[in-house]
Amino acid sequence: MTAPARSLVAQALSLTLDGAVILDAVSATFAPGQVTAVLGPNGAGKSTLLACLAGLRRPDAGDVLLGSVSRTTLDRRDLARRIGFLPQTADVHWDIDVQTLVALGRFPHRGRWGETAADHAAVAQAMATTDVTRFAHRCVNTLSGGERARVLLARVLAGEPHWLLADEPLANLDPAHQLDGLDCLRGVAAAGAGIVVVLHDLNHAARVADRVLLLRNGRVIAHGPPDSVLTEDLIAETYGVATHIGTTPAGQRFILPVARHRR
Amino acid sequence: MSRITRFNLLLAIGIVLALLVSLAVGKVSVPWAIWGGADPRWLIITELRLPRTVLAAVVGAGLGLSGAAMQGYLRNPLADPGLFGVSSGAALGAVISLYFGYAASAWLLPLCALTGAAGAMALLALLVGRSASLILFTLAGVILSSVAGSLTALAISLAPTPFVTSQIVTWLMGALTDRSWGDVWIALPIIAAGAALLAMTGRALDALTLGENAARTLGVDPLRLRVLIVLGVGLCVGASVATAGVIGFVGLMVPHVVRPFVGHRPSALLLPSALGGALLLLLADSVVRGLPTVSELRLGIAMAMLGGPFFLVLLLKMRRGLA
Repeated sequence: MTAPARSLVAQALSLTLDGAVILDAVSATFAPGQVTAVLGPNGAGKSTLLACLAGLRRPDAGDVLLGSVSRTTLDRRDLARRIGFLPQTADVHWDIDVQTLVALGRFPHRGRWGETAADHAAVAQAMATTDVTRFAHRCVNTLSGGERARVLLARVLAGEPHWLLADEPLANLDPAHQLDGLDCLRGVAAAGAGIVVVLHDLNHAARVADRVLLLRNGRVIAHGPPDSVLTEDLIAETYGVATHIGTTPAGQRFILPVARHRR
Repeated sequence: MSRITRFNLLLAIGIVLALLVSLAVGKVSVPWAIWGGADPRWLIITELRLPRTVLAAVVGAGLGLSGAAMQGYLRNPLADPGLFGVSSGAALGAVISLYFGYAASAWLLPLCALTGAAGAMALLALLVGRSASLILFTLAGVILSSVAGSLTALAISLAPTPFVTSQIVTWLMGALTDRSWGDVWIALPIIAAGAALLAMTGRALDALTLGENAARTLGVDPLRLRVLIVLGVGLCVGASVATAGVIGFVGLMVPHVVRPFVGHRPSALLLPSALGGALLLLLADSVVRGLPTVSELRLGIAMAMLGGPFFLVLLLKMRRGLA
């Protein structure tokens, strides 16, 4: 395991909204350089957990630590440099071009007097990583769903965050673009950043994740390597479905839900 | 020189030309030969047309900038300071001061207008609370706007003399007729202060392009941004209404026309919207002054006649975009 000093830690996070328990003492440690997939049925608290990590929601109890420091003691700009957040709803409100949008990711780094060489380099690097350089000057709102998703990812990467929090980045993408997206996440993790990604597809998690965090009703059901978490028993307990787990000739695990458990 | 700088320079040159036109246009023709001389007609330029011209530029800049900032903040191309009750609040304040006959003092009316604008802003902030929800903000603005409108109508219906009634109605129509240097010295510093506050919002408005959550995780302080917008728009619009009455649609039209020229980035829109607003009001005021009508066409009415169809076209275009 990596040194805890560089980890992102959810420490007994609890959150109640209108009497409903959304998060119930969720604790988890995320390591840099690893992809952690957060899985669970609808309403399990996945997005809320991510929002707490990103600082968009304040938990009723518990804390989020960066290394050994509480995120509440860090200032806004410092946090924004360290943690990049890719929201689920991909708003782009004005008809700006791709390069302008990606450059918005430099917001927490930019000084008072415009863009530096480092800003330009980071933007160019992020666009290269996500393969969007060739439409740098096209308007974002004319791109296809897959291109747009990559551009939005490039925006987060341009900020060179230590942590990437992504809420269902592959939703609404076709299979080819989903595979591209997963490869991209792996590449970012390989470059050293820690990734916490909410996913819906168990196979995506099996393919991309170093660790899987399984949530149900705001509680952690399991947290560990995909092979030990994505089992028929744990999936049945979490989702209430029976699954068939197999292996492709190439050695990739696949998880096929076959029936709903009657509870 | 970047495209945006060139565009701003072009607008600035346009303003200089429009200033000259505005000084030259009027019922009385003042020949070039006597400019700067001892001829009493020179006073028409220095004491009537010059303050009116400067005021048109200052008020136009304040309204254009406010519109650009509001649109960026609300991420809504139809947003206008008038739409969210700020202008109505300022007008109500002004009308109340007229109703009580306080207009005799030069500072009381503007003070009342600023108080009205600030009051509308404070109420808006109170109604919206910390949620920063767009729908809530819009609804609160519409409610404030209609309440202030009703109260203004009440003041008109209760006016003690026909003279006060006509004074109020004239006020509401908005104009720059017979404005003096006194009005300029009221509007200029207040609008400059408001503009300085709004100029500080540019980069946060850019980040808001990605939506509220993404902006917050990029390090935007939503409370600071809200305070800057509320105070900045309040000062600009309050001072505009205090000195020129209600002139609508500048804040709606100018940012919209300017947007494609600056690549749609909200921060790049602020300066050209201020310049464009100044240019638009200078030209519009020159036109209403130059028209051969018996009594001068009110600037506020002229802008509404221009702005109404503009708004309609914009709406139809947006509807087609959604379909």
